[in-house]
Amino acid sequence: METLERVIGTQRVFAELAPEHLAVLTGCARNHRFTAGQYLCREGLPANEFFIIRQGRAALEIAPPARHAVVLETLGPGDVAGASWLIPPYRWSADIRAVETTLALGIDAACLRSKCETDHDFGYAMMKCFLPMLVQSLNAARLQVLDVYAGPYY
Amino acid sequence: MSMPAPITERGAFVPTPYRVIAARRELGDTVTLNIAPQAGALPAILPGQFNMLYVPGVGEAAISLSGATEAAFIHTIRDVGAISHALTRLPPGASLGLRGPFGTAWPVAETQGRDVLIVAGGLGLAPLRPAIRHLLAHRERYGKLSLLIGARTPPDILYPHEIAQWRANLDLYVAVTMDRADAMWHGHVGVVPLLLPRADFDPANTAALICGPEVMMRATAQALLGMAVPAERIHLSLERNMKCAIGLCGHCQFGAAFICKDGPVMRYDRIAPALAVREL
Repeated sequence: METLERVIGTQRVFAELAPEHLAVLTGCARNHRFTAGQYLCREGLPANEFFIIRQGRAALEIAPPARHAVVLETLGPGDVAGASWLIPPYRWSADIRAVETTLALGIDAACLRSKCETDHDFGYAMMKCFLPMLVQSLNAARLQVLDVYAGPYY
Repeated sequence: MSMPAPITERGAFVPTPYRVIAARRELGDTVTLNIAPQAGALPAILPGQFNMLYVPGVGEAAISLSGATEAAFIHTIRDVGAISHALTRLPPGASLGLRGPFGTAWPVAETQGRDVLIVAGGLGLAPLRPAIRHLLAHRERYGKLSLLIGARTPPDILYPHEIAQWRANLDLYVAVTMDRADAMWHGHVGVVPLLLPRADFDPANTAALICGPEVMMRATAQALLGMAVPAERIHLSLERNMKCAIGLCGHCQFGAAFICKDGPVMRYDRIAPALAVREL
């Protein structure tokens, strides 16, 4: 049977994490199973826990009033669901909905932030895990805003 | 695949009469034409090349080949201007002129033995389709094959039936993503570079073939560099205003190169500096 620590260690976002830091991180983690249609997080609610998708798909979406929700990004295996837990006020800025049965690792955000404050080496290692993900998301959002296929040729 | 015959003076400067033998509407503004020579044999092509299609009385435009049969060239054309508008309205039986084929090809021979990653954005799938068909026809010569397709919205997906056939191919990974969609779309949403980590390939032994809007190609190439795919094995198909198609008029000049004869398929390591120049 796979241990939680081993499962976490196989996640893309933690690929460079040292074993001692992996053990610290595992203390904040637990497994989740979401059924299709179930929300991993809802806009405005406290971002107490964030998720790393292990299996299945989830939609990051925002619902304008009286309109269908707009899906901004589909998250799949290896993706980190949500970044609102990183910065105050620690509240979700979008909904994340399971599109199909989704298995995820949940990381207790307060637990992780506390360990980062206590052990700055661990905190720096975490920053190196999450910063590339944030930059990738920022670059993707910029490209999405450009609406590159709206031009006449593509 | 045999090398194409050299462009003769007549083939280079004077359009050869062709006839539309089939026309199929792909999207609201996009049509695929099968065209055959009115006399003589069809010239050989390489995947990635283009032809200059001439509508008498209207003008001539560079159109990538989206395929070929033994008897006909296949071109997928979007109605974006006077010439392409006229082309998309040609019925079966109509005459048109053709010069070509011209330009460089996707490196399907050089990439044998490697994993091949194909990234298409929007109508960029059309110039890649001959390469995809070639790779699948010679599947045993290549490592892992991945096809990542991006489109604006679900109704904008080009060749949906052929994509479904490709998906059924167990040794080709196919992923399709939309830049925007509502909750009624159950597929993937997000820009196409986000699909890269999901594809299974060995970066050190991978060749990437990319075609789409230039900003999308630059973003994809950057993401591939970040995954340690060598710049010299990232290939892009560029598009500029091509007129003569033989490197004489200078309309498609791109730094020291001409897209019509040094491209359209070019190596990223050779063009990356020029891609960053706004005026080009």
